[in-house]
Amino acid sequence: MSGALNLLVGLAMGLNLLALGSSRLPSIIRAAAFQGMILGVLPLLLGHGFHWAAVLVAAGTMAVKGFVIPVLLQRALRAANIDREVEPLIGFIPSLLIGAGATIGAVALAGALPLRPEHAGSLLVPGAFATLVSGFLLLMGRTKAISQVCGYLLLENGIYLFGMLLIRATPLIVEAGILLDLTVAVFVIGIIVDRIQREFDTLDTRKLTSLHE
Amino acid sequence: MRELALIVVPFVAAAAALAWPREPSRPWLLPTAGGLHTLVAMWLLLSPPVVAPGTWLGFDPVARAVLPAVSLLFMVCSTYGVAYLRLRSERPNRVFVAGLLVLLGLMSLALQAQHLGLLWIAVEGATLATVPLLHFNATPRAFEATWKYLLIGGTGIALSLLGSFFLGYASLHGEAGGDLTFSALTAQGAALSRPWVLAAWVLLLTGYGTKMGLAPMHTWKPDAYGEAPGIVVALLAGGMTTVAFIALLRVRQVVDAAGAGPVAARTLLALGLFSMLVAALFLLGTRDFKRLLAYSSVEHMGILSVSAALGSAGVWFALFHVWTNSLTKGALFLTAGNLRRAAGARTVDEVAGLAWLTPLSARMFVVGLFAVTACPPFGPFFSELGIVRTAIATGHLWATTAFLGCMLFAFFGITRLAFAIVDGRPRPAARATGNRMRETAGVIVPPLVLLGFSLWLGLATPPLLKEVWSAAAKALFASP
Repeated sequence: MSGALNLLVGLAMGLNLLALGSSRLPSIIRAAAFQGMILGVLPLLLGHGFHWAAVLVAAGTMAVKGFVIPVLLQRALRAANIDREVEPLIGFIPSLLIGAGATIGAVALAGALPLRPEHAGSLLVPGAFATLVSGFLLLMGRTKAISQVCGYLLLENGIYLFGMLLIRATPLIVEAGILLDLTVAVFVIGIIVDRIQREFDTLDTRKLTSLHE
Repeated sequence: MRELALIVVPFVAAAAALAWPREPSRPWLLPTAGGLHTLVAMWLLLSPPVVAPGTWLGFDPVARAVLPAVSLLFMVCSTYGVAYLRLRSERPNRVFVAGLLVLLGLMSLALQAQHLGLLWIAVEGATLATVPLLHFNATPRAFEATWKYLLIGGTGIALSLLGSFFLGYASLHGEAGGDLTFSALTAQGAALSRPWVLAAWVLLLTGYGTKMGLAPMHTWKPDAYGEAPGIVVALLAGGMTTVAFIALLRVRQVVDAAGAGPVAARTLLALGLFSMLVAALFLLGTRDFKRLLAYSSVEHMGILSVSAALGSAGVWFALFHVWTNSLTKGALFLTAGNLRRAAGARTVDEVAGLAWLTPLSARMFVVGLFAVTACPPFGPFFSELGIVRTAIATGHLWATTAFLGCMLFAFFGITRLAFAIVDGRPRPAARATGNRMRETAGVIVPPLVLLGFSLWLGLATPPLLKEVWSAAAKALFASP
C-alpha cells in the first residue's frame, strides 16, 4: 500500500519539475492536469477503502483536476490566441534548480518534523512541501496569466497532498466542499482571464499596471 | 432552526434573483431578503438559542456579538442598492444582485461556523461570490483590480487551508484526534502538538489576515476598494473583514488553549501596529479618495488586531469596534460612491468643490471622516478610547505611543484630502455631470442612517450589546 502511495507521490514531485522546466504553456497545463489526476487516486489508497463517498470524491477530483480545469485553460489559450511561449521572470534553469533544491529540502524538513509514526516513512509530507514551493515559483516567476493559474493549481495540489494525512480523521464532506470551492475558483479565474484578454488584448500580467500609488 | 434561516433566506433570494425576469424590479429582492435577515438576526440577538457542543453550525455568543451588525449593515446597504441600480440601469444586474445575496448567506455561514473546515469553505465561497461584484463597472481598471484580488486573495485563502490542515494534524497527536470543531480543538488544549500549532497559527494569520487586509498582505485592498461600486465596498469593509477577524479570534482561542497564547498575542500586536503604520504613511500620500478609505480600512484592521492582542478586555473593545467601524465605514463608502458619480473622477487633482456639487453627500463625507478618525461623539471614538485605556492598563506603553502616533498621522492624511475635494471651485466638466446627478433620498438616507447608528453606539451603547460582547469575550477566553 505505502509503496504504491510513495510511487504516485514521487511521480507528482517529478511533475513539479516538469512544470517548472517547460517553456510552453500547453505542457505546463498538461503537467498540472496529470498531477491532479494522480492526486485523485490517493483517497482510494489511503483512507476509507472503496467506500462510496471516497470513490465519489476520488472520481470528482480526477474529473475536475484532470479534465475540466485543463480543458478550460486550453480553451482560454486558444481563444486568446497568444504566443504559447512562457516568458519567465525567474529563468527555467534557476527555477529547476530551486525546485530540485526544494524537493531535497522538503525531504530533509519532513524528517525533522514531529510526524505521527504511521506517516514517518511516507512521501506525503515532503511531496506536499515540494509541490507548494513549485506552485509559488510558478505563481511568482511567470508573467502569463495562464501560467500563474497553473502555479495556483500546483499550490492547491500541495495543500491537497497535506490534507491526505487527515483523510481518516475528517469527514469526506469537508473534502467535497473544498473540491467544490476549488472548481468554482478556477471557473471564476477562467472568466476573469477571458475578460482581461478582451479588455487589455494581452494575458501578460506585467501590463496590468494602471493601479498603483 | 432560526439560525439556519440566516443562511437559507439569502440563498433562496439569490436563486430568485437569477430566475427573476425583469431587470427594474429585481433589485427589490435585496431589501426584502435583507429585511428578513435582519429581523431574524435581531430575534436571535434578543433570545439566543442553545448551541449544543460539537455541532458544526450554531449561533454561539461570538456569532451573536457580531452577526447582527453585519445583518444591519446589509439591510441598510440593500436599500441603497435599489437606488444605485436604478441609476446604473444600463448595466445588467442579475449576477450583481445574486452575488450580493450569496455573499450575505456565506458571511452568515462563516460567522456561525464552529468547524475549521466549514469556516474555510464559507470564507472561500464568499471570496468567490465577491468577484462578479468587483468588476460590475466592467472597466479595464476594474478587471485589473479583480485579477489582483483573485490572485492575492486566492493565495491567502489557500494558505489558510494549509493552516487549517496543520491544526488538524496537530490534533491527531492527541487522544480524540481529528475533530476539527473549535470546541473539540480547544478542549484538547495542551495535547495538541505545539510545533504544528505554531506553524498553523502563522499560516492562518497570513491567510485570514489577507482577507482582513492586514499589512503587508493588504495590497489588493486599495485596488479593489478603489474600483468596485460603493455598496460592494461597504459590505466588504464592514462584513468580509469582520468575518475574517472572527475567524482569527476563533483560531486564536485554540492556539491559546494549546499554550501558545503569548506568541499569538505578540504577532497580532506586531502585525496590527505595522498595519497602522503602513496605512498612516499611505494616507499621507494618496490622492484618490476611494483609495484613501481603503487605507483607512487597513488602519482599522490594525486597530482590531492590536486590540485582540490585549486579552479579554481588549477583545471586548474589539467587538465594540467591529460594530462602530462596520457601520461608519459603510456610511463612508456609500457616500464616496455618490461623490464619485457626481464628480466623474476621484483624485484630488481632478475633483474639487464637492460642497457645491453635492452638498448633502459632501457634508456626510466630512462628518463620516471625522467619525472614522475617532472624533467624539461618534462610536469609533469610544471603542478606540477603550482600546488605548486597555493597552495602558496592560502595560503596553510603547505600543500605545505608536498607536496614537499612527492615528494622528492618519488624521492629518484624511483631513488633508477631505477638505481638498470638498472645498474650492468645481471643475467645469464636473459641473455638467453634477447638474445631472440629483441627490435622491435613496442614495442619501441609507448612509445617514448608518451614521446615525454610529452616533447612537457612541452616545448610548445599548446595555444589551455590552452584555453580548462580554459573553463573547468570555467565550473566547474560556481557558484560564
